Order: sequence, then C-alpha cells, then structure tokens
Amino acid sequence: MLRVENIETAYGPVRALAGVSFEVDQGKITAVLGANGAGKTSLLRTLSGLVRPRSGRVVLEDQVISGMPVERIVRLGMAQVPEGRGVIAELSVEENLRLGGLWRKDGSREDLDRMYELFPPLAERRGKPANTLSGGERQMLAVGRALMARPRLLLLDEPSLGLAPRVAAQIMALLRRLRDETGLTVLLVEQNAKSALSVADHGIVLNLGRIVAQDAPDRLAADEKLRHAYLGF
Amino acid sequence: MSRFIDLTLNGIANGAIYAAVALSLVLIWRATRILNFAQAGMLMFTTFIAWAVIDSGASYWVGFAVALVSGLALGAIVERIVIRPVEGAPPLNAVVVTLGLLILIEAIAGMIWGGNPKSFPPAFSIKGYHVGNHTLLFSPFDLFTVLVVLGMMVLVAVLFTRTSLGLRMRAAAFEPEVARLLGVRVAQMFTVGWALAAVAASLAGVLIAPAVFVAPNNFDAVLVFGFTAAVLGGLESPQGALVGGMIIGLALSYVAGYISGQLVTLGALAILVAVLMIRPEGLFAMHQARRV
Repeated sequence: MLRVENIETAYGPVRALAGVSFEVDQGKITAVLGANGAGKTSLLRTLSGLVRPRSGRVVLEDQVISGMPVERIVRLGMAQVPEGRGVIAELSVEENLRLGGLWRKDGSREDLDRMYELFPPLAERRGKPANTLSGGERQMLAVGRALMARPRLLLLDEPSLGLAPRVAAQIMALLRRLRDETGLTVLLVEQNAKSALSVADHGIVLNLGRIVAQDAPDRLAADEKLRHAYLGF
Repeated sequence: MSRFIDLTLNGIANGAIYAAVALSLVLIWRATRILNFAQAGMLMFTTFIAWAVIDSGASYWVGFAVALVSGLALGAIVERIVIRPVEGAPPLNAVVVTLGLLILIEAIAGMIWGGNPKSFPPAFSIKGYHVGNHTLLFSPFDLFTVLVVLGMMVLVAVLFTRTSLGLRMRAAAFEPEVARLLGVRVAQMFTVGWALAAVAASLAGVLIAPAVFVAPNNFDAVLVFGFTAAVLGGLESPQGALVGGMIIGLALSYVAGYISGQLVTLGALAILVAVLMIRPEGLFAMHQARRV
C-alpha cells in the first residue's frame, strides 16, 4: 500500500530522519514506536507532504507522492489525524466533520450520519464549538473527520496522547474495528508502545531518526532489551 | 437636539464606510495575519478606474460595477504576486511590503491620472432630507451608503457561515496546516480572502469618493479611520468591523460637530490609543476561544 524508500528529512542542519525504509501492508495496522525526538512526527510530516524529504521516495500504490503538495496527497486516499488532535476549536463539531470530506465531489449527508453512528457522543454535540469537547471526544472528532474523506490509508499521530487509559483503549479498539470491518489500512505513530502494540499487526521502532527494529508485535514485546531501551515498558 | 440627530445620522453614514474599510482589513488579517496598509492605495486605484469609466461617458452604475470587479481582480493579483512570498515570514516583512506597495500604487496612479483631485459623482442626491423646515445632515446617498454596506456585511456573513467555500476559508484562516491535511487548498483560500477584501475596500472607495475627491493620496485618512475601527472591533470578526466602524463614525462626527473639525484625525488616534491601552484584543476578539 505504502512504501517508504530510504527517506532522509532534515530541518536546516538538524537531521530528523536518517534513511528510513519500510512498507505498510494493505488492510493492516502498522505501528511506529519510539521516544520523544525519535523522528516519529517528522516521519508523518514527510509522508503527508508537509515536509519534503531531502532524499528518498514515498510511494503510495505505485504513485510517487514525495514532493507532491499536501492537498493532492489527501485526494489520493491518504488522510491524517494530526498531532494534538488538531480539531479546529472555533468551528462546530459538524463543521469540523464536514471539512474532512469537503474536497470529495460525491461527499454526502450519509457520510456525516455514518460518523454520528460511529461516534454517538459527537451526534449529541454537533452544533457545539469543538473546544467544548473532552479530550476523548476531540480524538473521536479528529478520527471521524479524517474518515469523512473515505481514505484507504489513515495516518494517526499520537492518538492516545493525553487521554485516560480507558479512552485510549477505546480509540485502539475502534482502529481494530475499522480494519476488520472496512479493510482500512492504518499507520499509527505512538509513544505509548504498549497500547499501540495491542492492536498492531506490525511494529516499527524508531530511534534518533533510524529504524532499530521491525517485527511482529509479540516478538517486539518479548525482546526485553528493546523494550527497556526504546519502548518504555 | 436636532444637532445631535444630525451628527448621529452623519456618523452612521460615515461609519458605514469605515466599516467597509475595516472589513477589508479584517478579511485579510484573518486569512493571512497581515495588515494591509496598501488597502488605501488599492481602493484609490479602483476608484480611479471607476472615475475613468464614468468620465468616458458610461453610467454611474457601470463605473460602480467596474470598481468592484477591478477590486476583485486587483486583490487576487496582489496576493498572488506581492504577498505570497511574505506569507509566513516575520510580520515586519509584510509591513514593509504593503507599505511599499502603497507608495508604488500611489505613484502609478499619479503618473496615469495626475495629482489634481477629480470630482466623483454620487449615486443619488447628496442634498439632505427635509423634515419640516429643517434639512437633515443625511441624504439619499447616505441612505444608499448605509444600505449597501449592510447588504455587503450580510452577504459576507452568509458566505462564511452557510457555504462550503466559507467553511474552507475559515478553516484555512484558523488552522492552515490542519486545513491542508484535510484537503483544503489553503493558498487558494488566501487569494479568495484578499480578493473579497479588495471588493469591500473598492466599495468603500466609490462611496467616500464624492466627499473626498479622487487623487492619489486622498484616501489615506479613510484607511486610518478604517484601521481604528478594525482594531476596535478586534481585527478578527466581520461583526466587529461593523460595530467598530459605527463607533468610529459616530465618535468622529461628534468630535467634528461639538469640538472642531480639525480634531477628527486626532480623535481617531485618541480612540486607537485608548483601545490599545484598555482592551488591546478589541471588542469582538476570539482569543479566548483560541487559547485551548
């Protein structure tokens, strides 16, 4: 589905990614793990087109997307839930949701109703400004908004950050459900390795801009040295 | 008492024009966080174009329409060519660029049309309405001015709150990066914002032109008053622009009527300083909402 080939991303002289390569399989949840500063957010910003890699390529279903403008990449079926949940505080819940599917010519009322079905708390607050939502509800809104684009690949940046463990678990369960029911492909970037590995099909561990391990989740979790050094549990 | 009513009516008519200028500054500030000092030059230029059209024998309304359409085009062109390179750069860059643009536009207008003020016709009579044997300081043209500005304000409000273009524009203004990740063509939204702003300013230009005459520097004062109104209203909301415009219009009308016409500009400055000292975020700021 998505192939990342040896990308290197830098902000001025600071190198954030030093040659990262991996693949995201169709219909699977891939988790990218690592501590603060490991390069997780830089990786997502590079994939979504907000930052251009200095070298290397990103290929989405046989189409090279590195170097394309963000808005075009979105239209190719890759949606992103930005870090810090990124709901637009001044807009209402419904406006936030509609925004996600606005570029689609065939966007419809049904998409909106589907999201309210998926996230009942949002339906109750559809007219309210997004800044009146709780942290968990905001995360739901951010996910729902990305789903409005009917993506084939969904990127999530630290969805469990700042959420109560129970709420974070709900979000992870939702991702699993979306994968099982709709065949959605997910790339999940998380600092909370335990929670991410609980739903992932494949795990990638990033440290200082390099991949230090990639394997099945249970094998990563079983590696004590790796767990202590990079995963923090 | 009749003096007070006269000054109030006059203040409302002028306030409508300041509100239109304030709206033009607000639309740009919201979209790109730039204060467009060139707005005075841009609205002068489109008013000059309208003057040239009317002077060549076309009807007033053709000139009126030409002013708005040329504003739309000028706003978009300026954003694309001059402003795009300084978007996202330190604020001072944009200040220097818009000030430079102001000087450039005024110089070009001077080269084309000369420095002699040209008289610009009003749409309707500028003779005040009669009530008994008193002539009000409010004419059919003043009424037209108030109505057309209110109409534009309503249109802008509808555009922002009821259309998907408006939703995209608001998203681009509040959170450009998030908006891009949702597929909004943010750069395009900025161009639309500038174009709309220039239309609002062009409208103000043709409305004030009969009073100030058309010459390269004659609209600078209107920008100062419009700027004060925009700051008073909080720089972010169209409603703020309307209320700010009205307050400035009324205040300056009372200053001119009760104290001295020469103190009008000073009065505007006093209001600006007072606002910045007492409530720097303006009357209608949305900062509370943004601090989350």
